[in-house]
Amino acid sequence: MAVIELRNISKAFDGHHVLRSVDLEVDEGTTVVILGKSGVGKSVLLKVVIRLITPDQGTVHIDGQEVGRMKSRGLQALRRGMGYLFQGAALYDSMSVRENLAFPLERSERLEAVELEHRIVEQLRLVGLVDAIDKMPSDLSGGMKKRVGLARALITNPRIMLYDEPTTGLDPITAREISYLIKNMQERYRPTSIAVTHDMICARIIADKAAILDHGVLDRQGTMDSLRNSNDEIAQSFFASE
Amino acid sequence: MSAESHHHTSRGGRFAKFLTGKFEHAGSLAAFSGKFFVHVLFPPYEFGEVRKHLDELGSRSLPLAGITGFIVGLILAMQTRPTLFRFGADSFLPAMVAISFVRELGPVITALIVAGRVSSGIGAELGSMRVTEQIDAIEVTGIDPYKFLVVTRVLACILLQPLLTAIVNAIGLFGSYVAVAIESSMSWRLYWDSVVHSLTFADLIPGLAKTTVFGFIIGIVGCHQGYNARGGTEGVGRASTSAVVVSSMLIIFADMILVKVTVLLWPS
Repeated sequence: MAVIELRNISKAFDGHHVLRSVDLEVDEGTTVVILGKSGVGKSVLLKVVIRLITPDQGTVHIDGQEVGRMKSRGLQALRRGMGYLFQGAALYDSMSVRENLAFPLERSERLEAVELEHRIVEQLRLVGLVDAIDKMPSDLSGGMKKRVGLARALITNPRIMLYDEPTTGLDPITAREISYLIKNMQERYRPTSIAVTHDMICARIIADKAAILDHGVLDRQGTMDSLRNSNDEIAQSFFASE
Repeated sequence: MSAESHHHTSRGGRFAKFLTGKFEHAGSLAAFSGKFFVHVLFPPYEFGEVRKHLDELGSRSLPLAGITGFIVGLILAMQTRPTLFRFGADSFLPAMVAISFVRELGPVITALIVAGRVSSGIGAELGSMRVTEQIDAIEVTGIDPYKFLVVTRVLACILLQPLLTAIVNAIGLFGSYVAVAIESSMSWRLYWDSVVHSLTFADLIPGLAKTTVFGFIIGIVGCHQGYNARGGTEGVGRASTSAVVVSSMLIIFADMILVKVTVLLWPS
């Protein structure tokens, strides 16, 4: 059953059409990777799902509820069940790693201080960064920030995960490590996920299904292998870089 | 169309665009300010954040505001004393300085200093959070970023401004005593008695009450410029600079209106 459904989504900025009648369904517990060149609107699509951006046309349904019609409180409740890994990790500069992880957790659940600390340490252990618990974001490398961002996004055990370019700006080795980390987290928590990326290695590791966004159109969808074996020129151009 | 008329049209077009931009900005600021009065009333209340901002903003502003208050008090006494002395009215100096400071100079100087220090800081901080998607990150956590970032900072500014102004007033009056003591034999006791006897509630209350309006302006303008920052690090710089310019202008404009209101309410 589809947990996330996008129907006929269109979005334009200053007359430039970024998304054109996009349809997408994501089944429970699966990961769909949206492939596309830089600047084609992949991140816009992700932000439309969580209503950080309102589409000009079309609807987003999550668990059968239309996101565009939700009132403020309903939307906030929905978002508390979702995790979002930002392209630049978006860690809160003024907070330590511990505080970054505590922030969403203590606002979604009432926890004793001991339990809160236990959950934070456990989450950091999964991403291999327990030693960085008292560091500030400015003291972390790009890869470490992505790991902390991932830990923060997953600490509330979200049912839905959105990944915005999870490996952008990282060296190939760290990018691969992050991709496997996401894969492990996906297997552990089984959230329904959408990831946008132009990194084919990352896509190959984490995707159950894939779709290619080209000139605002998302009509090439399938498994990674079916897209790879298709005769479509655009699909071929992506897989040629593997 | 001749080249000259085309030149005039394009200049007129640019002016119209400039005016439209200013009106849009004013409308956006008004809507942003109105939202504060709705959000401040309803839970959840982030008291911890308000206390944290009070600490930060107060410690950031007090040294500069205090030094400025001391120097302005000193200069005011030094500049005024010769004129009063010429008319044999130099004994009125403490009263004149006290009323000037408590009614006008203290609140306005403190507000302008805090606008330069705090409003720009808030603009830069929120601007940086906006362009690095930290505000989006708060929003996707299911937390209202306006409530968490804006309401807490504006409340801190509203609470902080009367406290800072009272301290700056006291420091300014001490500064003016230093100038008096250098040039005459007036004792601190005599000076202070003159100050206390010259001030009434009609001087103190409006002076401190308007500081809450200034605090609101400082907080809301800084937050508005930062919250709506666009365009990377350049946008952060613009947010910081425009926060100082807009808040300083609004403080002076608001002061003009509040002085008129004070005169109407307390005609004496």
